[in-house]
Amino acid sequence: MKITLNNNFAKFTQETLTVRELLQERNYTFKMLVIKINGVLVKKADYDTALVKDGDDVTVLHLISGG
Amino acid sequence: MTSEQIKEILKTKKVGIAGCGGLGSNCAAALVRAGVVNLVIVDFDVVEESNLNRQFYFFDQVGLKKSPTLKENLLRINRGLDITVHDLRVTTGNVESLFGSCDVLVEAFDLADQKAMLIETVLDRMPEMPLVVGLGLAGWGRNEMIHYRRMGNIYICGDEISEVTEELPPLAPRVGIVACMQANTVVEILLK
Repeated sequence: MKITLNNNFAKFTQETLTVRELLQERNYTFKMLVIKINGVLVKKADYDTALVKDGDDVTVLHLISGG
Repeated sequence: MTSEQIKEILKTKKVGIAGCGGLGSNCAAALVRAGVVNLVIVDFDVVEESNLNRQFYFFDQVGLKKSPTLKENLLRINRGLDITVHDLRVTTGNVESLFGSCDVLVEAFDLADQKAMLIETVLDRMPEMPLVVGLGLAGWGRNEMIHYRRMGNIYICGDEISEVTEELPPLAPRVGIVACMQANTVVEILLK
């Protein structure tokens, strides 16, 4: 599948990936993340069930402390 | 737009500030100087001496509650302000009631889990609310890393990398850049 990941083109051999699999594929090890698929928030409880598929627009925001 | 036209528009708008620390206090000051009159400011914390390296408070205010003290300082810039103060902690349960009447909300928390809570709550319950997030501001220098990007109604200001640590503390210049970048984004949204 081909998706847009944080405004960049990204290609995967798999047809679909769960959000957790996508995070593992891309080596995201961060704890504090906000993830949206096609503009819709994916809750943490849904990382194992929410599917990313061809053409999706995925944004990952990594939250860090400081303010 | 002339300065007067800008003030005419800004005085009809309301801005929420979630957190009155380095980001929130400086962002609010910049907004007030630009002509924003209506604000909702929320923080549960107290001014500490260690805050004075970057936050918009003064030595004789150490020990005072941040949100009412920030109001006092902002009123010294413009006596005609209309500021609602809440001395409490922002939670998933009160975000809507605190900030529902605002045109834009500024995320100005310190801790990552608080930032995540606010972003998730806004996306979930107030998806139309523009939310301006400050993310990655610790240390000094490295101007070229500080940027701005938009993710739907979430506007991100900062370098998205520099987390505060013992060896990389937050300091006035870099915190101020991000706080003013947030204020600049708010003004752009309000004048659109």
